[in-house]
Amino acid sequence: MNPAILIAVVFAVQGTEAEPGNLPIPVLIASLYVFVLAAFLGYQVISRVPPLLHTPLMSATNAISGISLIGSIVIAGEHANTLSTVLGTIAVTSAMINVTGGFLITDRMLKMFRKKDTVKAEEKK
Amino acid sequence: MNASSYLLEATYLVASVFFVLGLKGLSHPDSARRGMIMAAAGMAAAVFGTLFHAGIVSYTWILVGLVVGSSIGIPMAMVPMTAMPQRTALSHAFGALAASLVGVAEYAIHGTSMGPVKMGALGFEVMLGSLTTTGSLIAAAKLQELMRGTPIQFKGQHIVNLLLALTMVGCYLGWLTHPGAAVFFYSMIGCALLFGIMLVIPIGAADMPVVMSLLNSYAGLSSAATGFVLSNNVLIIAGTLDGFSGFILSILMCKAMNRSITNVLFGGFGAVTGTDTGGAAGTMREVSLDDVAVQLAYANQVVFVPGYGMATAQAQHAVRELGNILEERGVSVKYGIHPVAGRMPGHMNVLLAEANVPYSSLYEMDQVNPELPSTDVAVVIGANDVVNPDARDNPQSPIAGMPIIEVDRARSVIVLKRGKGKGFSGLENPLFFKSNTGMLYGDAKTSLSGLVQAVQKV
Repeated sequence: MNPAILIAVVFAVQGTEAEPGNLPIPVLIASLYVFVLAAFLGYQVISRVPPLLHTPLMSATNAISGISLIGSIVIAGEHANTLSTVLGTIAVTSAMINVTGGFLITDRMLKMFRKKDTVKAEEKK
Repeated sequence: MNASSYLLEATYLVASVFFVLGLKGLSHPDSARRGMIMAAAGMAAAVFGTLFHAGIVSYTWILVGLVVGSSIGIPMAMVPMTAMPQRTALSHAFGALAASLVGVAEYAIHGTSMGPVKMGALGFEVMLGSLTTTGSLIAAAKLQELMRGTPIQFKGQHIVNLLLALTMVGCYLGWLTHPGAAVFFYSMIGCALLFGIMLVIPIGAADMPVVMSLLNSYAGLSSAATGFVLSNNVLIIAGTLDGFSGFILSILMCKAMNRSITNVLFGGFGAVTGTDTGGAAGTMREVSLDDVAVQLAYANQVVFVPGYGMATAQAQHAVRELGNILEERGVSVKYGIHPVAGRMPGHMNVLLAEANVPYSSLYEMDQVNPELPSTDVAVVIGANDVVNPDARDNPQSPIAGMPIIEVDRARSVIVLKRGKGKGFSGLENPLFFKSNTGMLYGDAKTSLSGLVQAVQKV
């Protein structure tokens, strides 16, 4: 299965825009399509990750799911009421921890996985 | 929709595509870094776009959150590689916390004006998020050894858990039917927080790879549920990718232990003691550093099999040093990695890569097993259950059927072990009593450094 085709499908089904505060059925259905297709796509892509890279995979997906940052940012900036602003700020903080920390440590780990030639060249220096 | 929200949607679309391409890059070490840089760029685009969201009236608290989050996140990326499992558990907790707080805040903003569909998704998000938060914190505490790693069990545990889960679902349904009754909503959160704790305390240290993967999956799914609540596709996609990644890893880890997920979650390994008397008797033969050094130096092929003991002894650099010296003498050196060695998926690979072992020398279990009969010396470093031949030979063993690295098929086996005690599962290991097995007691790092010097003298 070609991931690019799936992505195209995912966005083709993107439907009506939601009113804040409510979730109409057509939007829910569109969301379900996105969810199911993303699940298939995820299965295809992630089954190809070798066990060698399972730890970086976990930290990478962690960083990526820090995307809840964008939801938190809106809540922290909306100033709807005190409670929501406080919760939103804490949410921005924890999501940001995962985004910065997750991407940095994944890169740090991936830098360590080197080819034999590279390792030998480095050791000669 | 106005121009700025089109722009916003465009950045989300770009982010989604980059996330998928980023994960695709992880299919090979050579393309992995480039992929993750793309994913990070996608994230940056989405966050930048969101800052122009029409609903934002003030940036003060957003900035506070971003700055505080970065100043915690950056040091958390600098931890030593041996602390990866607890760091990862903590980040599952943060991810789940963010998701559940977004849910609570949405309820605090919209209250009863949310339709039943949105409430359904929101309740799911908050429940899953809350139980993952506390569950991950307990896992992190166990891994950091702030609390004991052995399973905590008590009589009637299953019934208590069942009642707790039922109360949680009851509160959820109560809240759905009475949207104004915030008490149901907050009781549901309370139950979920408690349930998360109850779910992880009975799990033993050796089962951590499965639990880590499951918590990974839950954290991702709670992010995806946030996407449903906010009708935001990029959140659904990123959360689902994370959720499925964790799910796939859980299945792989369970397969590597020949156990089902229910068995891991409710079995309480270590408390279950089967009959493990089969063949685990006799004397263990202790060997000296010099004997081992001679064996290694004149071998054609040596396979190192690391376990969690290598991580606790911080012995990965010493292993690499020994491997280097042997390679210089023309010995073929390989590293055999069991999928559940260590405390999280891929734990051993990262440690050895950190110590400068090229990834082409790191062999998966299925790749290294055919090599073992032609291996002169297999060196087991702080591993136990993953090399226990009982799993293969003794159908009565509690770990029967678990795939192992068959070091007992090598011509000679050297086991580096701290003491004469049993492994985490508390099982006897017949490998230690075999005539071709030599035991080298002591701290793994000290033993390996000693071997480096001894081999140089040979």
